[in-house]
Amino acid sequence: MALKQTMGRRVGLTAAAWLVGFLIFFPILWMFLTSFKTEGDAYAIPPKFLFFQWTTENYVEVQARSDYLLHAFNSIILSVGANVVGLLFAIPAAWSMSFAPTKRTKDLLMWMLSTKMMPGAGVFMAIYFLFLQAHLLDSRWGVGFLLMMANLPIVVWMLYTYFKEIPVDILEAARMDGASLSREIIYVLAPMAVPGIASTMLLAIILSWNEAFWTLNLTNVNAAPLTNMIASFSSPEGDFWALLSAASVLAIAPILILGWFSQRQLVRGLTFGAVK
Amino acid sequence: MGSIQLKQVRKDFANFSVIKGVDLKVEDGEFTVFVGPSGCGKSTLLRLIAGLEDISSGQILIDGKDVSNVGPAQRGLSMVFQSYALYPHMSVRNNIAFALKMANQPKDVIDQKVAKAAAVLNLTDYLDRKPRQLSGGQRQRVAIGRAIVREPKAFLFDEPLSNLDAALRVQMRLEIGDLHKSLKTTIIYVTHDQVEAMTLADKIVVLNKGEVAQIGSPLELYNRPQNLFVARFIGSPTMNLVTGPSAAKRGAATIGVRPEHVEMSTTTGEWPATVRIAEHLGSDTFVYVEADGIGPLTVRLAGEAPSDTGQRVFITPQEPRVHLFDKDGLRIKR
Repeated sequence: MALKQTMGRRVGLTAAAWLVGFLIFFPILWMFLTSFKTEGDAYAIPPKFLFFQWTTENYVEVQARSDYLLHAFNSIILSVGANVVGLLFAIPAAWSMSFAPTKRTKDLLMWMLSTKMMPGAGVFMAIYFLFLQAHLLDSRWGVGFLLMMANLPIVVWMLYTYFKEIPVDILEAARMDGASLSREIIYVLAPMAVPGIASTMLLAIILSWNEAFWTLNLTNVNAAPLTNMIASFSSPEGDFWALLSAASVLAIAPILILGWFSQRQLVRGLTFGAVK
Repeated sequence: MGSIQLKQVRKDFANFSVIKGVDLKVEDGEFTVFVGPSGCGKSTLLRLIAGLEDISSGQILIDGKDVSNVGPAQRGLSMVFQSYALYPHMSVRNNIAFALKMANQPKDVIDQKVAKAAAVLNLTDYLDRKPRQLSGGQRQRVAIGRAIVREPKAFLFDEPLSNLDAALRVQMRLEIGDLHKSLKTTIIYVTHDQVEAMTLADKIVVLNKGEVAQIGSPLELYNRPQNLFVARFIGSPTMNLVTGPSAAKRGAATIGVRPEHVEMSTTTGEWPATVRIAEHLGSDTFVYVEADGIGPLTVRLAGEAPSDTGQRVFITPQEPRVHLFDKDGLRIKR
């Protein structure tokens, strides 16, 4: 009797979970399907789900109208590069906040996080003119630096929560063994914090990959990542949904694949602080 | 050489003082135990000696040299932590070798020293395992191996046996004793367990609220406690302390007598009492009595001694074993 009830509950919960998952995934699925439709089918009412003329003409058009590889390259360089360099600042900062806190540390962390609450549009003009004067517009260095700084509060916070989980006496043992501060971080702290660093980097790369506001406004041709490419298909002539879908699929494909293979790390990274 | 001296060492935090001016000397080769209740500052004192924390004032001298401003690695000391603090991502071999690697020693020297330390501690078969694949006792040995391989002037042990079960604790205690005899290096050992203190130490430093209560050999502390705190702390079960007329007639404010130094009789004695409960351990019997007008007393009898709750008995202390304390809790010399 008890076993049957559990089975029923389990089946019910599983079905509900699949349903929720499907609903959340649905926009991406729809976009993927639409990218293979003709423009007419894309606008059809009632909407066509699976049974339509499948075509790859949109993908051809996208590649003809913009340089996918350049944009993809920029996205990768900017997201990965900015955040990896950011680690050089974030790891020492998180170290000092976890293992050598002062009275001001909590305030500093809060202040750092508070900078993320301000919309970018608020400082857009100032940043734009700064970049203009410094000849950093449409430069990978410029927008990369900005992406790094924008993510630092989150990266430092996440590393801080991971480092706090590391028992400080292991670091003290390293000090007794003669490790200088940099060797303590390189040989002991970093290897122990690898899962935490990996999860943090994954999240940070995804955030930078999706960053549209600054990339659209500060880059043009050379440093333009995939976000620019998608936007370029949203034109004054009207939205070409099938074309737009194809461009979007191409833009999110790399990060979707990365996310799929690293989903365990991602989940761990996002929920880590919740379980003590 | 491994002598360590502390001169008026103080450690203050924002609004209170953890170590309030400690003077002590540890001779080369001596096994010194810091013992005291939780919060007395014994671990803090050890960490100050190790250099993991800075002293607020005073001096720490190692072999006559002031190391107050010297970093932990340069003091030439090794520490074994309560939680072992092994590097979880490194094998046993690399855990032990880490200090030598930090000292930039050549690889063949490192291999040789690691092999030697592993042999001494029976770790040779485990060299390629990771800490999580080891038992508690094995991890303890790796922690000791890591300390030994540096050939330090002194070993610092911070409650190393607290995380082990009772049987393992006894075994490791003996091994640490053997280690001291074979290496002859100075050891400073922190524990709250006075059995460890009494059995391992050449010299015991009893600490209370950041101050030294008494320094002496185990038997000195047992036979001649200088104050009430030490009298109560050393010895299990705790010394019986009696105030009032029984103390006054002996010329003291408080008298103390250990449970093993009292006689219990059903017929005559100094203090009439009622048996509250008797604990039979087989080798000993502890009888807890409520003495008339005096309060609870503990009696330790050898072997099996039948006692019933509610039984009327008489407790008499052995006079040569009675300790006298004045109104400030200090020992009165007889």
